[in-house]
Amino acid sequence: MRVELKRAVYEENDALAGEINRGLRERGIFTVNVLGSPGAGKTSLITRLAERLAPDALSVIEGDVASDIDTRALRALGIDAFQIETGGDCHLNAPMIKAILGRMRLSDGSWLFIENIGNLICPAEFVIGEDLKIVVASAAEGSDKPYKYPTAFSRSAACVLTKGDLAQAVGFDEGFFMAGLASVAPNAPVFPVNGRTGAGADALALWLREARDALTARSAAADHGRA
Amino acid sequence: MHEASAAEAIVKMTSAEAMARKAGRVSRISLVVGEATGYMRESLEFYVAASAKGTVAEGAALDVRYVKPLLSCPACGIEFERLRFSFDCPACGTQGIMTKAGSEFYIDFIELA
Repeated sequence: MRVELKRAVYEENDALAGEINRGLRERGIFTVNVLGSPGAGKTSLITRLAERLAPDALSVIEGDVASDIDTRALRALGIDAFQIETGGDCHLNAPMIKAILGRMRLSDGSWLFIENIGNLICPAEFVIGEDLKIVVASAAEGSDKPYKYPTAFSRSAACVLTKGDLAQAVGFDEGFFMAGLASVAPNAPVFPVNGRTGAGADALALWLREARDALTARSAAADHGRA
Repeated sequence: MHEASAAEAIVKMTSAEAMARKAGRVSRISLVVGEATGYMRESLEFYVAASAKGTVAEGAALDVRYVKPLLSCPACGIEFERLRFSFDCPACGTQGIMTKAGSEFYIDFIELA
């Protein structure tokens, strides 16, 4: 007997992600899923953003295959960080986020950054409760990343370009990178950020605040519409 | 690893469907996979077979139908398959924009026995 299913393989994950997002939204928590290769500068970027989004409360979920090095580094800076060790899994999924949120005490109206596993493939396939994804790409990785991993870029609302100070040394072709990005993510703004000095991070922090405020305004309008 | 969690979900969904319909087993699973997702046929076959062991989906044949990613040209409006490291329209050379085609990942149908 043939049964037409036409069902997304990750429908269970996606439904749970929707539930997580609604729960966070109701509390005014804005959630950012940070994608990027290993060593792209995701943790440094989150640190620079934490400095700029202060005095708002901010928490971080760190996803790693093994080790809690990043979590300890963030905690040493006074950032509220929690670790998920996937023990080999190459991406975070909604059940992992639901489980760890049960152990975190988030403040209403705060920021939640989820640093995904360093990988441009599988993390792009999963929604985990975020309001938006951002993808971090470093000049050191080369300029072909949007061509090789289009999904990671096309599903991200913004692209952060790090380690620009290495561009010349590693032969990073910015024009080629930008052309690729324009095809796979034509609406995503690009923010060059130096993860060590923080140069460029102000513009990204401002964009995130605007994204959050726009979402809050849309939610309020939707609530008003229902009332 | 990329395919392992997908395989688990596929086995869970198809087994549940077989049980709900009181079928003895799942004999075929047909997937639609956009090439932009990067799911490999050989890996899907391997992990689905491994995940299905001891379930009603054990031994099910797995069909994978790939969908080519398409770009649309903002200038001349055609849709086209990309070449390696180029998103340019083959007709007019304008840079194309990625469409949703190529990002599919769903179970199209199953056969129960």
